[in-house]
Amino acid sequence: MDFTTVIGLEVHAQLLSKSKIFCSCSTTFGAPPNSHTCPVCLGMPGVLPVLNQTVVEYALKMALATNCRINPSSSFARKNYFYPDLPKAYQISQYAEPLAEHGYLDIDAEGTTKRIGITRIHLEEDAGKLLHDEHNPASYVDLNRTGVPLIEIVSEPDIRSPEEAAAYLRALHEILVYLEVCDGNMEEGSFRCDANVSLMPVGSSTFGIRTELKNMNSFRNVQRALEYEIKRQRYVLESGGKVVQETRLWDAAAATTSSMRGKEEAHDYRYFPEPDLAPVVIDGEWIKRLQNEMPELPAAKRARFVSEYQIPAYDAGVLTADKHLAFYYEAVVRLSGKPKQASNWVMGDVLRFLNEDKKSIRECPISPLALAELLGLLEENIISGKIAKEVIEEMYATGKMPQEIIASKGISQISDASTLLAVIEEIIKANPQQLAQYRAGKEKLFGFFVGQVMKATSGKANPALLNELLKKSLTP
Amino acid sequence: METYFLSIGELRAALAAGKLSAAQIITNTFERIASVEPHIHAYVKLLQESALAEAEQIDKEIKAGIIKPLSGIPIALKDILCTKGIETTCCSRILQNFVPPYDATVVTKLREAGAIFVGKTNMDEFAMGSSTETSLFGATRNPYDGERIPGGSSGGSAAAVAANECAAAIASDTGGSIRQPATLCGVVGLKPTYGRVSRYGLIAFASSMDQVGPITQNSADCATMLNVIAGYDRRDSTSVNIPVPDYTQFLGRDITGWKIGIPKEYFLDGIDAEIRRALNKTIEGLEANGAKCLEVSLPHTEYCIAVYYIIAPAEASSNLARYDGVKYGLRARNFGDLIDMYKKTRSYGFGAEVKRRIMLGTYVLSAGYYDAYYKKASQVRALIKRDFQEAFAICDVILAPTTPTCAFKIGEKIDDPMQMYLFDIFTLSANLAGIPGISVPCGYTEAGLPIGAQFLAGHFEEGKLLQIAAVHEQNAAFTKRRLRI
Repeated sequence: MDFTTVIGLEVHAQLLSKSKIFCSCSTTFGAPPNSHTCPVCLGMPGVLPVLNQTVVEYALKMALATNCRINPSSSFARKNYFYPDLPKAYQISQYAEPLAEHGYLDIDAEGTTKRIGITRIHLEEDAGKLLHDEHNPASYVDLNRTGVPLIEIVSEPDIRSPEEAAAYLRALHEILVYLEVCDGNMEEGSFRCDANVSLMPVGSSTFGIRTELKNMNSFRNVQRALEYEIKRQRYVLESGGKVVQETRLWDAAAATTSSMRGKEEAHDYRYFPEPDLAPVVIDGEWIKRLQNEMPELPAAKRARFVSEYQIPAYDAGVLTADKHLAFYYEAVVRLSGKPKQASNWVMGDVLRFLNEDKKSIRECPISPLALAELLGLLEENIISGKIAKEVIEEMYATGKMPQEIIASKGISQISDASTLLAVIEEIIKANPQQLAQYRAGKEKLFGFFVGQVMKATSGKANPALLNELLKKSLTP
Repeated sequence: METYFLSIGELRAALAAGKLSAAQIITNTFERIASVEPHIHAYVKLLQESALAEAEQIDKEIKAGIIKPLSGIPIALKDILCTKGIETTCCSRILQNFVPPYDATVVTKLREAGAIFVGKTNMDEFAMGSSTETSLFGATRNPYDGERIPGGSSGGSAAAVAANECAAAIASDTGGSIRQPATLCGVVGLKPTYGRVSRYGLIAFASSMDQVGPITQNSADCATMLNVIAGYDRRDSTSVNIPVPDYTQFLGRDITGWKIGIPKEYFLDGIDAEIRRALNKTIEGLEANGAKCLEVSLPHTEYCIAVYYIIAPAEASSNLARYDGVKYGLRARNFGDLIDMYKKTRSYGFGAEVKRRIMLGTYVLSAGYYDAYYKKASQVRALIKRDFQEAFAICDVILAPTTPTCAFKIGEKIDDPMQMYLFDIFTLSANLAGIPGISVPCGYTEAGLPIGAQFLAGHFEEGKLLQIAAVHEQNAAFTKRRLRI
């Protein structure tokens, strides 16, 4: 039997605010255990949460970028469950009235554009971490992460394949990072994904029983886990069985999913409105201001690069994958007026240097101005392409401007006809035999003379000028 | 020199005139405590050493000409308010060893106003109770009759003020916990509007109803205390950012032309005859002062108890979930796994009434029951609130009984939760509606037990409550009965 795959994704993205969502503790990752805590995030008796407005603003930006309808008033709720990493024994989240709803994201699915609906985006706080002692029956609680702000982005069950799931996640990730509201670090858990997946017979309109997949910490793993789970469900269905509604954990090493808890063991979270916080009221002015401040998003930027700079879609994709790379590229274009060449040099040498050093574009020692100057020197034939390759290495190593490097090394091109002619005449004088052979018709000796001049000028002779002058001089 | 029976107003005057020092006042307060506390048990923790040290500091300030609103005034704090470096237990075993690293905002404000903390007062465990009998540390006794309860949950605070073991006390009121014990102990108790006083550092029972307020000897002291504690606090998102008037300005103003609403649903059968007589006398007095009484209706009154005992336990079940043995407070010994630790810690740490409410609250929030209980209760709560809005459209204040009877005997209702809950029938509505209420003494029974009444007003109309309470106080002309102890 043929099945249609139905996938919905829940993404948790950690917001980049300096302080936590309900207190002023730092959100920095990697501090000593429990050093970023206070009575509020420790859940001590009598303390109260106060909503961080920056967190709301970041969440709103994401809501706008994903075409969501922002609720003029949303509210918090308590999600109650006992666990040592949750000091209040409830998570403050949004439930009945989320911050934003009914959005969408267009993704590239096998060359065509596909629209994935976004059910809701809501605010919530993160929990802490448990550290289990490997040698003793003891566990330790680190509450640094408690209260770190998160948004949960819930998609509609519009995704039909693991590839689409990965494409959706990449697009979401790219936007979050573009907006600078999330660092997108999947290893540190700043961007986490759970997936709901089910199969239904092709042509059916009733979704099958779904399972929820957890513990996938990379795009690749999301795709692999979904591929495995689809195969597993297909096998169950084809052998006449029924898929059990449950939560399953992905084991990347074993490349399998296994049951974590069934429907019966699912928590009853006893949600109810959080009485300690007022509703989040978003006025139109706030939204208008954010809309005005909204940066160009990756998809729009890609399209513009192709049309405005006449570069291939592939190049535009590479150059816009990182917002700062796009900024860099555009700066070089603005300063040099050469979009094609700028693209070649940025995608070629600059990215190669950075990749080798595992540096980001923001750490690049070559300023856009320096690169633009190099392109200008090439254009005006002051240096050759070969020399330029040497110069850019030096620029990357020292951060110096190309003119400065050329001057200090005396490697600028000889484009002065009289200087070059003097050298040519000397070479001809020194090689009378070859001159005679050339004049007798052995024309391939032309290359010999070019080589000799280049040698004599340490390769600095302007090739075009050299050709022209040499031809004249060799002709009787 | 005996100073313990003086009001805040009187102590302030004596301090300003140099007739008394803060050290004398505090010393005398502790002498009084030493003599009566064995009969009352109002306190669960005394702060004699720090109080005397603070008194000396205050005396220095006074000598330098600095007199703050509560300079040198001995104040008792209900043990539900967090005090930095001082055990704050909520009179529960589960918090028996808990020492907060922070002060409640109210505590900070009182300190800044020069108040001297005498001790932490007894209460029903986590403020769940109407008699102070559910305290881990045992019951407090009514200063007017040692066999009777002082009311609750702020029984320790009310008894401490009534027995002159402090000049005034700070307590909390979630369903009547200030007004009811104030009435039973013959003192003044004010529950401010929800949002008028910061809840930061007040250990939560039912967050949407908890409110901090003063218990004092008279309405003028009440105004002085409210001046100090009221106001917006950025650490409490439910506190309201509107200006705080000088509440003492309302004292001494007349009430000519005021309309006093008498809610018919509050004057049905079941009110003690002596209380009814005292209330009638109160009404006559106020009418003589130019006020007019009119009947008003609060039609959803009959649902108050049901609504309250759904919403308050629901919030409590969540608020008290943090006491799990992981971070602070009690952790049971000899447990197996994590779940076993939770079970043993909470089974041993909480008393029967607290457990009852946690179970009740957990139940009403459960999947499949939420709509029938919590959601329905929230809808009815909105109607109760509307009842008051409609009533205050036609009257200035409402006069109602605080309790159906006077103080009952210790042990009389402790095994009958329903009877205990019904005792708060007249006070719950103000918390559900978020409106302010003040309870004032209005006489004594033949047996010598205090009788009180409560005035209720619209949101942020504490001034009106203090104004009419002050008139009533003058008017009723009953002299303060000296305690036998």
